[in-house]
Amino acid sequence: MFDWFVLPFTLGLVFLLGFIAWKFTSWIKSLTQEDQEKLVKSLATRKTLVSIREIISESLLHRKIFKTNRMLGYMHMSLAFGWLLLILAGNLESRIFNHGEMGPPYVPIFFRFFHPNPEIFRFHQEFSFLMDLLLVFVLSGVALAYYKRLNSKFLGLKKTTKHVMGDRIALTALWFIFPLRLLAESFSSGAFGGGSFLTSTTGSFLNSFLPSEILYYPFWLAYSSALGMFFVALPFSRYMHIPTETLLIVLRNAGIKEQKSHTGFTDVELNSCSRCGICIDSCQLSSAAAINNVQSVYQLRDIRYNTVDQDRSLNCLMCGRCDQACPVGIDIAAIRQIKRNELNPGMKEEYSYVHPAKAQQADVVYFAGCMSHLTPSIKHSVVQSFKKGGINFWFMDETESICCGRPLLLAGKSEEAKALMQKNKTAIEQSHAKALVTNCPICYKMFKNEYGLDIPVYHHSQYFAGLIENNLMQLEKQNITAVYHDPCELGRGSNVYKEPRKVLNQALTLISAEEEGEKSLCCGGSLGNTTISTEQRNKITQDACDTLLKQNPDVLITSCPLCKKTFQKVSDVPVYDLAEIVNGAIVINTKNKSKANQNSKIIKKELLEEEISNQTYPD
Amino acid sequence: MPDFGYKISKDRQINFDENSKNLFAEVAMREPSVYRCISCGTCAATCSAAQFTSYSLRKMILLLKRGEDKEVITSVSRCMLCGKCQLACPMGVNTRNLILSIQNAIKKLSHV
Repeated sequence: MFDWFVLPFTLGLVFLLGFIAWKFTSWIKSLTQEDQEKLVKSLATRKTLVSIREIISESLLHRKIFKTNRMLGYMHMSLAFGWLLLILAGNLESRIFNHGEMGPPYVPIFFRFFHPNPEIFRFHQEFSFLMDLLLVFVLSGVALAYYKRLNSKFLGLKKTTKHVMGDRIALTALWFIFPLRLLAESFSSGAFGGGSFLTSTTGSFLNSFLPSEILYYPFWLAYSSALGMFFVALPFSRYMHIPTETLLIVLRNAGIKEQKSHTGFTDVELNSCSRCGICIDSCQLSSAAAINNVQSVYQLRDIRYNTVDQDRSLNCLMCGRCDQACPVGIDIAAIRQIKRNELNPGMKEEYSYVHPAKAQQADVVYFAGCMSHLTPSIKHSVVQSFKKGGINFWFMDETESICCGRPLLLAGKSEEAKALMQKNKTAIEQSHAKALVTNCPICYKMFKNEYGLDIPVYHHSQYFAGLIENNLMQLEKQNITAVYHDPCELGRGSNVYKEPRKVLNQALTLISAEEEGEKSLCCGGSLGNTTISTEQRNKITQDACDTLLKQNPDVLITSCPLCKKTFQKVSDVPVYDLAEIVNGAIVINTKNKSKANQNSKIIKKELLEEEISNQTYPD
Repeated sequence: MPDFGYKISKDRQINFDENSKNLFAEVAMREPSVYRCISCGTCAATCSAAQFTSYSLRKMILLLKRGEDKEVITSVSRCMLCGKCQLACPMGVNTRNLILSIQNAIKKLSHV
């Protein structure tokens, strides 16, 4: 069974499989030794089953895209899952027909060409019906893809990705594959009979005014060519994500993660990006500041094709909203960070002048961080709360504050950051403290993930939550409604969502904001972005603040000094840090409640007065 | 020389025939908001590095504008990039990128 028209498909397929085998091998080879061992260990274990389940739910059914938008999910599912079913059912049909023999790979694909009306075969009607049904399923996805070009909002996308040449070629081929299959099968049906509800109907309709006997061959050739073209274009386009995503899932389930520098895993992640563009809508640079060429989809593409530059790499808030939205689950922030490190101009920093703080012995080290020194009411509140709670603490950066190093790290200067980290670490270790508390999420993330300290690191919200839970601190509920803003570095960055709410619920009534938790907006003050102008920042801040204040809360609360400072510029209601609320609501002596209530009310009044003066003269 | 109780100050003339403003031009191209600086000194007052050493962004900008690059080149890398100056700046100068731009420009021009 052979005909010349199968050549474009067959050659394309051979090329594609060869290319994938070569790429997969080289990526796995460039994993670190440790990661390779992890991969080998994970094979044929429970992890394999987890991977298979994830491949089915994500690569085929596209569960996460369904969560973003049902239509968009259906479009991806019908193309991926529908196509696979078409291949599987075609193979089964061809096998049963040929009494179990496999034959060359083109036989099932072009089955209707070789056997347009296989009446000799028992299940031919059932199979014809099934194949037509699956074709309708896939074609409905293709129709949605066409319509997405005209009206992407219908599929839940405000902005879509701008594609490069390779993507356009592959996309065009993909758009033609299934309509051509429909026409080819229809003409075969028109000429020789066979087919089911779809191909037989369109076949007899087309046959009524077109010469099917002449046209069927060119259409099978065109179908084969479209497939061949798609297979050849695939490795150079975004469709490389189809094979690569399965590898990504296997590697990820083996416990492999992004490292500090580019590895084979980074390549796998880069190639797994389908450029669906879901990250574009989640990006506040796009929605609030009209910057449309730096989003993750473009960053990953530019890194993959080696056309990335430093400016665009640094033009990102590093807020992590795109990481959260990405249906493939690519560790976008980590990849951008790797690129920033590589592109760092490398002018050596000079920190010999910085000397570590003189350590004091205490149970708890309190680190306020640079930004808290710009918002003194926060550090004051933390210190007061600690004193009220009778905690033996040392205020490490009270007078001479050394930066935690995260701003340097975010700018791609990881080596320089280490110099500062060493100085802070020395002081912390010398204090022999049992815990480190900071009220700055930026510092918190840094201390927790990069310092490698022997003692636990707490954000003040966690620490206060712990005190309350153990009845070491009691807060008095006040008649205030508030919206809580999740700082990026604390929420998405460190997965701390519950504790701040636990604390705040003791002190006031929280109302939910439109975008909160994992979807929380960035305040716009982010240290991750060095490129955008102050005006662009203000737009992002205004936009985020408007969204947060939609429910008309009495106050806006956050747990990051930088967020507070940023929101204060535009907010109509007072902006507090969690520490200020805690300090105002602490019941000092639980035995003498009435007196304590009086006390806390006075504190609350002072707080509001202080806030009003802060609004006029920023602290 | 007799001691008059005072002495002649070192010459502080800036010779623009000798001082090149190339570095400033390169920096201003990368971060145009440097033109907004009114030399108020808020950045220097809030600076974390300034607690330890004499470090002043205000001074660096003035020196750059005059083409006196030497001190800028030796001191610019003391910045910890913490970003307090950016929040404090009343004119909205993008100070963090300004520092990075000075570093980039120094590196670029020293290669030329």
